[in-house]
Amino acid sequence: MSIKLLQGNQAVVEGAIAAGVKFYGGYPITPSTEIAEQLSARLPQVGGKFMQTEDELAGLGAAVGASMGGKKAMTATSGPGFSLKQEMLGLACTAEIPVVIVDVQRVGPATGQPTSPAQGEVMMSRWGTHGDHWVIVVSPVSVPECFWLTIRAVNLAEKYRVPVIILMDEVVGHMREKIELPDDYSTIKTVERKRPTCKPEDYLAYGTTGDDLVPPMADFGSGYRWHVTGLIHDDTGFPKGTPEGTVNALNRLHDKIYNNLDDIVTFEEYKMEDAEYAILSFGGAARTAYDTVDMARKEGIKVGLFRAITIWPFPEKQVKALAGKVKGILVHELNYGQYVLEVERVVSGKCPVWLYGKYDNSSATPQQLLAELKKHTGR
Amino acid sequence: MGMEQLVEKYFRPGRLPHIWCPGCGHGIITGAIVKAVDKLGLSKDEVAVISGIGCSSRASGYLDFNTANTLHGRALPIASGLKMANPKLKVIVPSGDGDATAIGGNHLIHAARRNIDLTLVVYNNSIYGMTGGQYSPMTPKGSKATTAPYLTIEPAFNLLDLAKAAGATFVARSTTFHVQNMVDCIAKGIQHKGFSIIECVSACPTNFGRQNRMGAAPKMMEWQRDHAVMVGAWNRMDEETRAKAIADGKFPIGVLYENNDVQEYTEAYDDLIKRAQGGK
Amino acid sequence: MRHNFRFAGTGGQGLITAAIILAEAAIEDNKEAVQSQSYGPEARGGSSKADCIISDDKIWFNRVVCPDVLLVMSQEAANKYTGDTDENSIVVTDSLFVKDVPGKHKQRIDLPITHTAVEQCGKTLFANIVALGAIVGLTHCVTDKSIENAVLGRVPKGTEEANKKALKAGMDLVKQFAK
Repeated sequence: MSIKLLQGNQAVVEGAIAAGVKFYGGYPITPSTEIAEQLSARLPQVGGKFMQTEDELAGLGAAVGASMGGKKAMTATSGPGFSLKQEMLGLACTAEIPVVIVDVQRVGPATGQPTSPAQGEVMMSRWGTHGDHWVIVVSPVSVPECFWLTIRAVNLAEKYRVPVIILMDEVVGHMREKIELPDDYSTIKTVERKRPTCKPEDYLAYGTTGDDLVPPMADFGSGYRWHVTGLIHDDTGFPKGTPEGTVNALNRLHDKIYNNLDDIVTFEEYKMEDAEYAILSFGGAARTAYDTVDMARKEGIKVGLFRAITIWPFPEKQVKALAGKVKGILVHELNYGQYVLEVERVVSGKCPVWLYGKYDNSSATPQQLLAELKKHTGR
Repeated sequence: MGMEQLVEKYFRPGRLPHIWCPGCGHGIITGAIVKAVDKLGLSKDEVAVISGIGCSSRASGYLDFNTANTLHGRALPIASGLKMANPKLKVIVPSGDGDATAIGGNHLIHAARRNIDLTLVVYNNSIYGMTGGQYSPMTPKGSKATTAPYLTIEPAFNLLDLAKAAGATFVARSTTFHVQNMVDCIAKGIQHKGFSIIECVSACPTNFGRQNRMGAAPKMMEWQRDHAVMVGAWNRMDEETRAKAIADGKFPIGVLYENNDVQEYTEAYDDLIKRAQGGK
Repeated sequence: MRHNFRFAGTGGQGLITAAIILAEAAIEDNKEAVQSQSYGPEARGGSSKADCIISDDKIWFNRVVCPDVLLVMSQEAANKYTGDTDENSIVVTDSLFVKDVPGKHKQRIDLPITHTAVEQCGKTLFANIVALGAIVGLTHCVTDKSIENAVLGRVPKGTEEANKKALKAGMDLVKQFAK
């Protein structure tokens, strides 16, 4: 292990290298640019390739193409660029092309405030592209987590053949913090996508067996000739527009994720054992919450933190259980109120749900969050 | 090899009939791609066909290669990523005039600028066919279209000059009337190490022809015959004759430009990797 | 023990680099450290601020709420950031640029930071390292060895001696104030 001071964006880069990413396509945009800059140096050192594309659309497009060619591939962007990438994200969903997309959020909409923190893409990360679709979204709280969660994101993308979004924010992306990096990345557990082992003539591009709903994926050029399409398709990979074909295609895209929630959903509980109240937060906003929990407990308020790490799929089971246990949940996020809507839906009146949404281009201080908490706990 | 055997060998069983209208030129162009692949003796496993969206882009699904029918305008970035991942693949991009020059226009000039080894085959029928006959950046000025009931006021791109200026190192044009010439152009484009563009003039009797009173498909092919001039003859014209030919709507076909002195992008990247790893 | 530092001035003065170096020195001392910054779209000019928190314990909230030590290298920064200080804060100024320190503070220390950089190292661009020397000399938040290693780990080759000199000069500036 070597101990270093790294920026969140830099830790994403090291995580990508450790996970075996061999291709990056992207366009410069604040506050994610450091990821592109550093991968342009790091990737060729490990035999990988970096391409600065003409625009955001081409960045994800090139990553999707490289993934079709068998390489672990990723892109990174921020708000406006994430908007532009949505159509391609939909192609990756329906064609089941593994790819990782980092979105370091800034204040929006439009140009907003490029160097200021916000978490305004919580809903876009889930519902950004048109049509029903399912993705995995993870959100790191710290520099070390940027490293390990990037590895996990690549692994999940490969395992489930799904785009995985690393939803960061300027807080975590730009801060520097201590991290222990393994000296030898080859000791880290990585996942390779399943590849076909059958004879090429027997290969059914989207054929699955039993409960395993993720079809093996052949690299283009490996002798298995198959067809990628953005049209609704059946297990042959060719368009099938019947009502039944449509339902089957969408159901499998849903079920391959949602039948495996215990594998996919991760979260952290901090001082929740005896908590009477919970703060629910994620990403950079959660950094404030840890301190608030400690401050509140010094004043005798029994509060804990539930931090969603996998923010989509929503940790539904866990939040339902939480609602049965505490007197109220205070959701803290850096926007006008997005994740709180999902919390309210899941809690469904079992306990009060409050929002401290901060959208003034800065993080809440622990004191501010504590003051909000006290409004609801009555002390 | 006759067309029937070519279909047998290179088209996917069960995917035909195609969706193209009777008289459409796109089948001829797709046939020419297959003939070019056959002529070069390429294995089906080493060929990838990456298309966007539109009538022409449906070609990928019919062909028994590594294929993708992706997003409108985005075939070139996806093809670029694929080529970077596996430079051994021969990557062919069939693209309509709207797909390649309007929504995908930025990708076109940048793929050309990089000189990445892709073969872009532009199925130019001067119209958006799949959506029912709207004008494209390749529709001649003064044409009728469903979005130009009072005739288009926009000039068309000179696509090949555009590609050449952007950095394409192989530039050719052909028509669906001149099949042998088209096969040669596409074959040479695939062989060329660098970004190749082959503009294939195609007829859309359903949408462009009917709205512009061009007559049925055979008439539209006669128009191609009467307006295309082999590049040799074109180059031998004196200036006055050529000016008159251009005024009459004539255009040269064949290989118009080839430059083998520019390093190809994935090769340049391999050199970059050596530099990054401490080599010279 | 926890130290909350804020370095504020004009873009291009190297204050973000100074905060990074300080955090790296703290890590070498086996402490926890976080560094963050805020800046506008300009790479040069405009206001710039960098925060560095050093602690023996885990640091979560990564921005400085009330600085123990505020370094201001421009009058604009002094006007803008002394609103966050309180009666326990020490405000260190570069006397070349700062005349007024409007907000609350326990102590104001005016130092000829940029002047010293020019006099002793020949260039204004060593001012951030002079400032760093002064901050470490005042607070002893990191060891002298670690700050020197951290400075040498960050600066361009060929400037090591000049930077060491700048660091020492900064420490000398505050000898009379040091605890």
